[in-house]
Amino acid sequence: MRIDNEMRLEFLSKSQNESFARSVVAAFIAQLDPTIDELADVKTAVSEAVTNAIIHGYECQSGHISIVSKIMGRTVEIEIFDQGKGIENIDLARQPLYTSKPELERSGMGFTVMETFMDHVEVVSQPGMGTTIRLTKTFKSM
Amino acid sequence: MNVGFDFINNKLIIRIDGDIDHHTCDEIRSKIDNEIMRRNPKDIIFDMKNVNFMDSSGIGVIIGRYKLVMAKSGVAAMINVKPQIQRVYDICGLKKIIPIYENEIQAVKNI
Ligand SMILES: Nc1ncnc2c1ncn2[C@@H]1O[C@H](COP(=O)(O)OP(=O)(O)OP(=O)(O)O)[C@@H](O)[C@H]1O
Ligand SMILES: [Mg+2]
Repeated sequence: MRIDNEMRLEFLSKSQNESFARSVVAAFIAQLDPTIDELADVKTAVSEAVTNAIIHGYECQSGHISIVSKIMGRTVEIEIFDQGKGIENIDLARQPLYTSKPELERSGMGFTVMETFMDHVEVVSQPGMGTTIRLTKTFKSM
Repeated sequence: MNVGFDFINNKLIIRIDGDIDHHTCDEIRSKIDNEIMRRNPKDIIFDMKNVNFMDSSGIGVIIGRYKLVMAKSGVAAMINVKPQIQRVYDICGLKKIIPIYENEIQAVKNI
C-alpha cells in the first residue's frame, strides 16, 4: 500500500515522555479526522506500548525508544521500538492478566488493551535484543 | 498531580485531577494511601470528573486501593467516568468489582 505520510520520533525512556509520545502520535493521525473514540483508542494503545518499553524493556534504566508512524489511506501503522531486555515468551506475555511485575501493582492488561483498541497488534521480540510492537488501525470512512 | 479528598458518611471521595498513567500513578497512589491511613474510611469513591485519560497503570492503582478497603469489608465505586476511561474499565473487567454511579449523590446513597 502506498505511504501517504510518515513520521519518526525518538526519546529517552523517561516516564514523563509517556504523555508526550501519545500526544505526538495523536497529533500526527489527526490529519485523518478520526472520531474522538478512535483517537482515544490509538492514544491508549501507544501509551501501553511506550510504558511497557520503559518498565519492562529497559526496567527503568535509561535507553532510547523510537516510534515510526505511517499513514496509508485511512490506515495508520505505529511501530514502537526498544532495545531493551526483550520478551522470552510472547504468547504468555500477551495473555490477559499476565504480568512479570505483580509487585508493582501492574494488572497485566496492557496487551489486552492494545488488542482491543487496535485492529492488529504484532510483537517482534528477542531476549537481549529488544522489542518492536506494530499497531495498525483503519479508521471508519468519513 | 493534584488529588483532592472529601470525607462524607465514613466514605472517602478521591478527586483525581489529570491523566493517570505510569508517570503519574506513583504520586496518586501514595497520596491516596496516606489519606486512607489518616482517615481510615470504610468505603472509597473515585471521582473521575477531571480525568481525561487513563491506561492500565490506572487500573493497577484502582484495583490496589479496592483491595485495601475490601480487606476491611468496605467497597469502592467510581463516579463521573468519561468514555475513554469507561472503555478501559470495561476491558479490564472492573464492572464486577467497582460499580460506576452517575454522580456523588447516587454513589453515597447506594454504597
Ligand atoms: N517492551 C517490552 N520488553 C520486555 N518485556 C515486555 C515488553 N512489553 C511487555 N513485556 C512483557 O509482557 C508482559 C505483559 O505486558 P502487559 O502490558 O500486558 O502487562 P503489564 O505491563 O505487566 O501490566 P499493565 O500493562 O497492566 O500495567 C509484561 O509483564 C512483560 O513481562
Ligand atoms: Mg503494560
